[in-house]
Formats: sequence, C-alpha cells, structure tokens
Amino acid sequence: MKPLGRIYLVAILIFLYTPILVMMAMGFNASPLYELPFSFSLQWYEALWSNTVLLTAGLNSIVIAAITAVLATALGTMASVALSRRTFRGRSFLQLMLLPPIAIPWLITGTAMLIFFYWSGIGRGMHALLIGHVALAIPYVVLVVGTGFRTIRADLEEAAMSLGSTPVHAFFSVTLPLLYPSILGAALFAFAVSLDQFVISYFLATPGYTTLPVQIYSSIRKGFTPEINAISTVLLLGSMTVILIFARFAKPGDTRDKR
Amino acid sequence: MQNDRLTSASERGPLGPRSRRVLPSWVSTMVLLLPTYGWLTLAVFLPLLTMFVFSFMSATPMGKAPIVFTLKQYRAFIDQPYLVGIGINSLLIGFWTTLFCAVLGFLAAVALVQSTLGKTREILLILILLPFWTNGLVRVFSWTMVLRENGFLDNLLHMIAPDAGSIGFLYTRYAIVVGLVHGYLPYMILTCYIALVAIDDAIIEAASSLGARWWTILFKILVPLAAPGLISGSVLIFIPVIGSFMEPRILGGRVGVTMGTVIEDQFTQAFNWPLGASLSFTLLAVVLAIFATFSGVLRRGTAV
Repeated sequence: MKPLGRIYLVAILIFLYTPILVMMAMGFNASPLYELPFSFSLQWYEALWSNTVLLTAGLNSIVIAAITAVLATALGTMASVALSRRTFRGRSFLQLMLLPPIAIPWLITGTAMLIFFYWSGIGRGMHALLIGHVALAIPYVVLVVGTGFRTIRADLEEAAMSLGSTPVHAFFSVTLPLLYPSILGAALFAFAVSLDQFVISYFLATPGYTTLPVQIYSSIRKGFTPEINAISTVLLLGSMTVILIFARFAKPGDTRDKR
Repeated sequence: MQNDRLTSASERGPLGPRSRRVLPSWVSTMVLLLPTYGWLTLAVFLPLLTMFVFSFMSATPMGKAPIVFTLKQYRAFIDQPYLVGIGINSLLIGFWTTLFCAVLGFLAAVALVQSTLGKTREILLILILLPFWTNGLVRVFSWTMVLRENGFLDNLLHMIAPDAGSIGFLYTRYAIVVGLVHGYLPYMILTCYIALVAIDDAIIEAASSLGARWWTILFKILVPLAAPGLISGSVLIFIPVIGSFMEPRILGGRVGVTMGTVIEDQFTQAFNWPLGASLSFTLLAVVLAIFATFSGVLRRGTAV
C-alpha cells in the first residue's frame, strides 16, 4: 500500500501545482496570445515595470496589507487576552461572534458592506477597504494568538504578580515575550489574508483606488496579456513566502508546552 | 459583577507594594474586548442588518423614486422562474465540487497517514496547504491557461496524438467544478488528516491481523472514525462554493451563471440593490441552516 499511497500523493501535488506552474511559465513566453512552442522572453516583466496602473494597485495592496496586519494584530491580541485568560458571562457567545467574518461567504459580507458604507456615508475607497480587511483578519489573529496562549502556563503570570508585579507589568514582561512568536505569526497571517483578499475589495474599491487582485480581475475580464501572468507570479511568490515564514514562526499544530 | 472575574491572581486583591490602584477586572475585560467587537460591529454586523432592511425596499434608494417597503424581492423565485434553474445550478456545482473534494481529499489524507512519516509528511502537508493560502483569483486564472483551446492540456495531448482534436473544456460547467475542486481540495485534506491522525494505529493493525481486507478497513474503520473531518470539510467547502462568483465568471463564460454571479450583477450592473440583498439573505439562510444542522459535528471538529 505504501508506494501506491505515495504515487497518489504525487498525483495530487501535480494536480495542485500544474496550473500554477503553467501560468508562471506563460509569463516568460514571448507570444502575447500564449502560443507554444515556448520561447523565453522577459518582455512581459519589462512591460510590467512601466505599467503604472498595475504597479500602483500592487503598492496599494501592500500598504493596505501592512496597515491591516498592524491594526488586526493589535485589536485581535487584546481580545485574545480577554477570551483566553478570563472567564465572564457571554464569553462563548463572543467567541461565536468571531465566526461570521470567516464563515459567511464573502460575497454576502462584501455586498452588505457596500450597502452599509454607501447608506451611512462612509463611502468606498481606501478607508472602506481597511475597515473590511481588518474585520476579516481579526478572527484569524484571535485564533492564532489564542492557540499561542494555550501553550503558555497561566501560573507564570500569577507567579510574577504574587511577587509584586502589577497585572499590566506581568503581562508585558512575562506573557508577551512568550507569546511573541504567535503574535508575529498572527501578523504575517493577517498580512497574507489582506494581500489575497479579492471579493470584499472588489465591492469596496473605487476606479481611483484599487488593489492588485481587483485590477487583475478587471484585466482578466477585459482581455489580458502575459503581463497579468507576470504580476500574478510576483503576487503568488510573495504570499507563498509570507505563509512559509508564518509556518516557521507559528508552527501550526505544534502544541508542545513551552515551559 | 460576580460573574466578571479574573481567573488569575488579581482576583485575590492587591498583592504586594507594586500594585497600586487595580481597576475592577470587568472594566479591563471590556477595554480589551471593545475595539475588536466594535470594529466587527461596524464592518460586519451593522452591514448585515442594513442589508436586511434594504431587502424589503421596492427600489434602490438613490433616485427620486419613493421607497416603499415590500416583500416582493423575496418573491423573486416565483416571479422570475429562471432564478430557480440558476439556484439548482449553484447547488449542483456545490454538490459535485464537495463530492470530488471529499473522495480525493479523504484518500489523500489516508495516504498521508499510512504512507508517509515525519519530515516527509510535514513537507507534503505544507506543499498541499501552500496553494490554499495564495490568491484564489490567480489560481482560477491559471486554469484558463490549461483548459483553453490550444492550451496546456491540448498541447500535452498533441505530444502523444498529434492528430487529435481539442479536449480543452474551458467555459463549461466541468471547468467551473475543476477550478473549485482545485481551490478547496487542500481544506478537505487538512480536516480529514486531523481526524485520521487521531486514530490509534493498533486498531488498524488488529483488524488486518484478524484478516480484514483493505476495503473493510477503509469503510468499517477509517471512514466512520474520520466522519467528523469529512463532514466539517464538506460543510466548509459547500458554503463558500454556493456563494462563489469569480470562478463561474472566469471558467464558465456564458454558461457560468450562478446565484453568486446573479447577486454580483445586482450590485455592479443592474443596480437593483434590494433584489441583490434579498437574494443574499436567501443564500445566508441556506448557509445558516447548514451550519445549524451540522453545528454539533463542527464544534467537535474545532475543539481539537
């Protein structure tokens, strides 16, 4: 059974990676109509360099993702402290309320945001995108930091306090350093969630302020050239790098006690 | 306030000289929670509420036309019978995507548990999950390179059989399902894997030493014990799939009309927001019904 299982896993990997690799290769193919045989060319990457629309959208995406990472990590970590370390009435209800942003299809959340932001005068654009992205990233931050909390013992903080430390001081000097890898992991995760977010952005972007996925979508629908493959390749490699760094930091599934 | 208390030492009151003025713990709990839940209220809960109100309006409140509150948007499935067909189309796409993910993903998880160990397994898991956390739109786009006429698939075929015609099937329902399976398969592999690693190897060894064949082990031991993983994976795939719109648009072309694309149209082309809102809420009702049905299994699945 063992070799059969391994062959099957390789087949699954081929299924998962073939389209991605083909898409990436086509960014290096000279033909604008994706015709084969393959002839290597960097012309699409050169064209990308002078495509200010795509580059601006890319820069917007990075800025939004960075601000989202900072805000979502700050807010989510605070909430995680309360949800992981304290008991109070309504705690399980509040934990349940973290699920809608993840579990409800983004199409529904996105169109609801569009209606509400229009009706309330918040409008669309960068600030609207930030409100939406941070809300989507917060639940993931609470989950990742909450998992981190489970690996540190609560009595370390109690020990610090019984030795005369204030709760705030104990948190910053004892708990936070132990939690640091989880918080950094959560921030990277929030960055990746925002960078890859398309549906919400699609409804909240304006013609003057778009993100890279929104711009790629409108290019795909209007007729595209291998420039789209080039920028897509950059985007994929970028988010893969962020996620691999996240995997090193947060070690998902690693619940060994850090004592 | 007896319900709001710190579980840690501070409930025993000020301790030592450095703790000067300690706030009641419920105040600090509130301060910690308020930003997150305030933000979620602004960005998710109030919008959903507003959309609910909009779904009862007779027209989008943008022009001068008077707005009347009505139930007519919810009668759309009766008034516009073609929507029923589109709804069924969405459910079928959801069904086939979930089924393919369940079969392929469960077997992949079995293969991971039975055929790999240690570092190899870790690397394989990361490789399987990596595409899941990259841009879904780009992955859907990449399938157009493979499935289009004279695309990668056709070129592969022509290397073997130069005279064969085109087998590219871009702009069909099959293309939509392939793209969606590609997008959500890693998720099913993960949920099944988590369920399967928890199974004690001794059970399988005992069964095979007592003469059980592989299919007996598969259907009598692995499938029943991994059922929570299969079910939570299926629920968490079916729900986003019935709400998907970019996959049908890009891979389905003209045949790619689903509930998702109809809802998108109401907001981006037709500007009939009340209809879009009522369709969104109908979809949300389906989603919540599914969650309610499987909440027991899902809670056990996430409690790991």
